[in-house]
Amino acid sequence: MSTPAPIPAADPAYVRIANVTKKFGDFTAVDNVSLDIQRGEIFCLLGGSGSGKTTLLRMLAGFETPTSGSIRIDGTDMSTIPPYERPVNMMFQSYALFPHMSVEKNVAFGLEQEGLTRAEVARKVAEILDIVKMGGFGARKPHQLSGGQRQRVALARALVKRPKLLLLDEPLAALDKKLREHTQFELINIQQRMGVTFVVVTHDQEEAMTLGTRLGVMNHGRIVQVGSPSDIYESPANRFVADFIGSVNMFEGQVSQEGPEGVRISCAEVGTTVRADRAVTCSRGATVWTAIRPEKITIRRSQPAAAAGENVLRGTVREIAYMGDLSIYLVQVESGKMVRVTLPNTMRGGERPIAREEKVWLSWHGSSPVVLTE
Amino acid sequence: MFSRTMLVLGLIFLYVPILSMIVFSFNNSRLVTVWDAANSPTLKWYGALAHNGQILGAAWLSIRIALVSATFAVILGTLAGMALARFGNFRGRTLLAGMTTAPIVMPEVITGLSLLLLFVALSQLIGWPRGVGAVTITLAHITFCMAYVTVVVQSRLTGFDESLEEAAMDLGARPLKVFFRITLPLILPAIASGWLLAFTLSWDDLVITQFVAGPGSSTLPMVIFSKVRFGVTPDVNALATIMVLLVATGIAISTVWMRLREKRRARDLQLAAAANL
Repeated sequence: MSTPAPIPAADPAYVRIANVTKKFGDFTAVDNVSLDIQRGEIFCLLGGSGSGKTTLLRMLAGFETPTSGSIRIDGTDMSTIPPYERPVNMMFQSYALFPHMSVEKNVAFGLEQEGLTRAEVARKVAEILDIVKMGGFGARKPHQLSGGQRQRVALARALVKRPKLLLLDEPLAALDKKLREHTQFELINIQQRMGVTFVVVTHDQEEAMTLGTRLGVMNHGRIVQVGSPSDIYESPANRFVADFIGSVNMFEGQVSQEGPEGVRISCAEVGTTVRADRAVTCSRGATVWTAIRPEKITIRRSQPAAAAGENVLRGTVREIAYMGDLSIYLVQVESGKMVRVTLPNTMRGGERPIAREEKVWLSWHGSSPVVLTE
Repeated sequence: MFSRTMLVLGLIFLYVPILSMIVFSFNNSRLVTVWDAANSPTLKWYGALAHNGQILGAAWLSIRIALVSATFAVILGTLAGMALARFGNFRGRTLLAGMTTAPIVMPEVITGLSLLLLFVALSQLIGWPRGVGAVTITLAHITFCMAYVTVVVQSRLTGFDESLEEAAMDLGARPLKVFFRITLPLILPAIASGWLLAFTLSWDDLVITQFVAGPGSSTLPMVIFSKVRFGVTPDVNALATIMVLLVATGIAISTVWMRLREKRRARDLQLAAAANL
């Protein structure tokens, strides 16, 4: 009989950011942020400009030192370790390729600092250039490359040292839309192949949703919510997140009934009662907000069979935007407020589509509304 | 038509003085302003120049001073430019910025006089520099040339993507290595033009030099200037013509080289666009 293996402690985070604050003079760029990042994941920091996401990234790279708090990577405290000794590499937004060096020299630069033999460096450079499909471009200078090619070289240069953590600052921002989509999937592919942990900073929510295994939404230097893309989209923690990720219809109202099976909120703003089938910690009479995604609202000409006056609105279509794959309807409800509804264009031809200025009924299922208390 | 006329007038305005000097350098007459049609053109003043020990000595001294001061001005100016552009808002930054650029705005007479006073006081206190001469001229030239180099280097560094240096550091290069492998190669054009600027400034400075020069250390501008006071001799014309010729050749070479580079770059860009994935 063998002794039982010791019970492993709760998986310690690969990267642990603990109570990190960064001040520039009076301005607090990052405000008491604590965050755990797991080995092998793609963690996206999402936020608008000035939300502190880039400052946090630069602290991971070592270009800024936290005013207070600590950063540990794979168990090692990073506070006294300069950027050139961290097991971290970064892909810069501008790519920052050295213009006076060829592609090969750019990629080899990091390896040369490690004191490897010439043959070893050449082998690793060739290998990584193959991975990013830039094999035949070693002798080119950066200005002889297109934007997409530069991005690949920047990625190769940052990955060739096999860092414990790869930081990507707006990796796709400089690419055009078609190329961006293609590169997104390739980036995920390369990440899985090499098993490097990625931290991506972006202001583009679509980019964050497709790339990230988890997202951290930042606002005013704080992490507002951390979760999987669907967590954040379907259950936003507050009004900022609901509004920042995707589009949303937000109605203010008072809690009129609450219980374990759900809540009823009377929204005078739109003139209906919203019933949400989930338990919410709030007391009767409290002011709350309900958020309903436009694609979760049904639009039709006839009155729905739902309980009268609950999760139902009547209005007039004011604008229709045809987007190809879907159409956006702006419906003015009787109280005057505009409600946004999206409908996939699944049918070609078919029944007569809803037209502008038509009277319609809007309804949604009780599972659709999210109740937000802040 | 009008613009063409103005262009010609402008060119005349700029270059006739130099042209007349070149023409008169081939004049046979001793008198600078009288054209000796019978015996001109002649190379006689060029020959005389080759035997004029005073002018040749002064020119050689000027070249040595200009070479040394330009080199030291570039080293110090680059360091000052780096400090101003890269080291953030350190204590005394404003003071340093003000002091390095002061010689540019300060009247030369004042710079010259204050340097002379400093050198005299120093030689009394510590016995160095011993008297005024080539050494003090060089020191004075380094002082005011450094100001120009600082400005050139600093402005290049300010327009330079700092993430390049960060990327090098991120890839494991220590700060000194970052400077020599990344920063220095990229600001080299600015350093080269700073060096040329410093060389030219030192080469033709007269006012400051007058203050800190001593007997036996006359630079070329000083010799020419003192000759003018006793009437210009045509060998000065010949000397000036040679200088103009050297400068013009230099400019022509650099222009052709820049053109070629520009062309190659344009071709590269087309190539990159064609290969766009």
